[in-house]
Amino acid sequence: MTQELLAVTIDGRTVRVPKGTTIIEAAKQAGLIIPHYCYHPSLPSPAVCRMCLVEVEKAPKLLPACVTTVAEGQVVHVHSEAAAKARESVLEFLLINHPLDCPICDQAGECELQNYVFQEGRAGTRYADYAKRFNPVEDFGPDVLYVANRCILCTRCVRFMDDVAQTPVLNVSERGDRAYIGIMEDQLLDHPWSGNVVDLCPVGSLISKDFLHKARAWDLDKTASICPGCSQGCNITIDTRDDVVTRLRPRPNLDVNRHFICDHGRLDYRWMNRGDRVEAPLVRRDGATQATDWDTAIHRLVELTAASGPVVVLASGRASLESLGLVQRLLAHREVTAAVQLPQGDEAALGSIAGLALRSERAPNGAGARMTGYTAGWDTAVARAGAAALTVLLDVSLTDSEVASIQGSGAVVALATLDDPRLTFAALTLPVSTMVEENGTYLNRDHRAQRYLQAKPAPGMARPAWWVAADAWAAGGRDRTSLSSAAEALVSLGRDFPTLAGVTVAELGFSGRVLDGAAAGSAR
Amino acid sequence: MGFPHPIHPKETPVLSTHFGDEGARTFAGWVQRGGYQALKKALAMTPDAIIEEVKASGLRGRGGAGFPTGLKWSFMPKGDGKPHYLVCNADESEPGTFKDREIMRWTPHGLIEGCAIAAHAIGAETCYIYIRGEFTDPLRIVQAAVEDAYANGALGANVFGTGKRIEMVVHRGAGAYICGEETALMNSLEGKRGNPRIKPPFPAQAGLFAMPTTVNNVETLAAVPHILMRGAAWYAGLSLSNPKSTGTKLFSVCGHVMKPGNFEVTMGFPMKDLIHDLAGGMRPGRTLKAVIPGGSSVPIMNRDEAEAALCDYEGIIAQGSMLGSAGFIVMDDSADMVYQIYRLARFYAHESCAQCTQCREGTAWTTKILERMLKGQGKQADLELLLDLADQMTGKTICVLSDSCAAPVVSGIQKFRSEFDAYLSGARAPALAGA
Repeated sequence: MTQELLAVTIDGRTVRVPKGTTIIEAAKQAGLIIPHYCYHPSLPSPAVCRMCLVEVEKAPKLLPACVTTVAEGQVVHVHSEAAAKARESVLEFLLINHPLDCPICDQAGECELQNYVFQEGRAGTRYADYAKRFNPVEDFGPDVLYVANRCILCTRCVRFMDDVAQTPVLNVSERGDRAYIGIMEDQLLDHPWSGNVVDLCPVGSLISKDFLHKARAWDLDKTASICPGCSQGCNITIDTRDDVVTRLRPRPNLDVNRHFICDHGRLDYRWMNRGDRVEAPLVRRDGATQATDWDTAIHRLVELTAASGPVVVLASGRASLESLGLVQRLLAHREVTAAVQLPQGDEAALGSIAGLALRSERAPNGAGARMTGYTAGWDTAVARAGAAALTVLLDVSLTDSEVASIQGSGAVVALATLDDPRLTFAALTLPVSTMVEENGTYLNRDHRAQRYLQAKPAPGMARPAWWVAADAWAAGGRDRTSLSSAAEALVSLGRDFPTLAGVTVAELGFSGRVLDGAAAGSAR
Repeated sequence: MGFPHPIHPKETPVLSTHFGDEGARTFAGWVQRGGYQALKKALAMTPDAIIEEVKASGLRGRGGAGFPTGLKWSFMPKGDGKPHYLVCNADESEPGTFKDREIMRWTPHGLIEGCAIAAHAIGAETCYIYIRGEFTDPLRIVQAAVEDAYANGALGANVFGTGKRIEMVVHRGAGAYICGEETALMNSLEGKRGNPRIKPPFPAQAGLFAMPTTVNNVETLAAVPHILMRGAAWYAGLSLSNPKSTGTKLFSVCGHVMKPGNFEVTMGFPMKDLIHDLAGGMRPGRTLKAVIPGGSSVPIMNRDEAEAALCDYEGIIAQGSMLGSAGFIVMDDSADMVYQIYRLARFYAHESCAQCTQCREGTAWTTKILERMLKGQGKQADLELLLDLADQMTGKTICVLSDSCAAPVVSGIQKFRSEFDAYLSGARAPALAGA
């Protein structure tokens, strides 16, 4: 079915958009962001902030671009005198009761009020000599504070809780300029997805306690990544300050997580900053463990993997497709039992959005692990490790009894991020990077392959696990070409795993692709 | 009008014939006075025939906007299979307006009959009467009358044995002015916060509970039985000036007149006579200064404009204001216009629903500026500022509450500038105390 396209001219640029498109979305096609507050593409539009008023030729008054749909031949002026004056006026109205506390406001630097006032506001206020409205800060829930004085009543938070989370605990209380965002009596903003109101708030009114006064927005480096919290594979941005992860925020992907992430994913980042890491390869010989260089370590790894006998691989569900696949390749000549560690938790759906939930499988790459042959049961694999010639651990977290079981293995190679004192018996411990410290690919529960990028350097001599496996493969003389990037590693996996044939980093882009032959899912 | 004073010879009582007559409040009493004949007649007519009759009568909405009633009814979709709703807007909250209150107090069955006819015409089986929360007396009376009508078969599953179902629900509002705005009223009826909705969709497409809905004012609906009984031609003939304004109209006159009250006159009646004759004129020694004719939400008229105006939709527009709800707030030369405008602005600031930025912040800011002026602390730039704010508060928001706040400010400054200047220059002593 072909959709009817309508031609609309916005500030002199003509675009053709499907019938039913709003002017504000059509303007994006024309390369123009119409300033707005209450409008959000993942929420219903109430057209209350009146910031997006534009001049439409032949219309008697300015129209809100967020709810006015385009008509054939429509001519829209965003920067006409009347529209610019209306925006300037809305900004003046919004500022009369807004404190100028930007120096202590977490939102400063990424505040839409700041941005638009800077872009098109008046230089000074005419609201002289009057007191500003004052309401105390309110504690809305586990991670959210409401700074009422900064609120511009755009109601995005109320609509998120009403229409998206379908847990209507927020409301607009009072009328006129006494209005503020209220929370229902005896209720908390503790929905598993409630943290999104902080991202949705265009100003510094709803703020995260976790992030409170941690960093200025302009000091943060942003890296596109995938949430490692569960198998949903929500797209995120990792914000780091001086190579310390300070917060995770959703990155829009309409097919996976729209504009949202859950609080579990949002707040589970402290492990990314742990300092108790393995920083150098450790070789155990004659009962002593010694730090060594990578060449020596790789040589030892080649020795251990080249031997014969059954092998058990226990891998983390956070390991990349590249690491999982290349470890399999390295051991392909042996009898391999491979299992992946997938912690479980309660599922928490996001109300109205089908296909979006915090999944019970609390690892990002379970599907990738299964696709690359990590299909053995965890307990079975652990039990087998006790009698195996070789056990390879890939960043797993083991219980004491699991450690005891593995100790019976002929040899243990640990590709590890954390320095685990219980594993001193390992013949070889190799420092590997976490997903924050490397580029890689995950396959989410819908078999969507998605890339994540390195957000901070790996400590010491740590390397991505795929690099270790690829180096050992090359050093073993089985391949002349070593792999120098995760992108090359992904391409090379195509020859081992038919599902990945032809998949490239460039093709996946930043929103990923559902791999052919796999069940498709959608968060639309 | 018949209550609280006798009918003036220049009045044309139609709706107000039985005002003051307690016997008209019961079903039996209403029937005795010729009531419910119109409903019986309507039930024998097709909806289209009723709509045509009302169109021909020239009846226009009495709530303020003056939209042709028959045309509004004809917008309701036909054969769409959805439930249709009729909503009677009895949330009369406009300052200076108290005509619907008297209709409900004295002739509740006239309203019920009008509602039932309209419901039949638009294909609705349910009618909601949304009564202003403060109207305790009208609420009690209408509630009793609805029960009485049910008990006598004028409402219910089988109205007068015709097989036609017309249910009527009386809903009490909670006292917000904004709930008189039809879309806010529908939100309120649905149990939501009374915020006006964006149009489109218009109520006839998606109104109450997202179903096709017609919202009519009490006075509009109360006029319908008379039109059916006496004919569209009779009603259309009731016009003293512009043929687009027909019928009789209740005018609520309050303020500085000797005999405040409701007066029912034919459309086009001179405002001068209404104020100086029917309403008893000014207090001794006082002269007329200003009239706000449409409730408070329209431009203020000065004496010359008021005395030249003819009381119908076009006649008042010709004198620079609007008929609105036809609640005349009359002020004599003792009125302090700056204070009066401040008082109105304060009302709108209090009642703004807080959705739209210009209204939420603008009404409050306007009030603060006027308040400061009245305290003798105004600044010369304040007048320009008030006008600039009013300009940005007009035509920019979802509903017209913001415009309504701006209208008296703009017209007040235009027409009574010297009074503002007197406060600014210090020539007039502060009217409000305080720092």
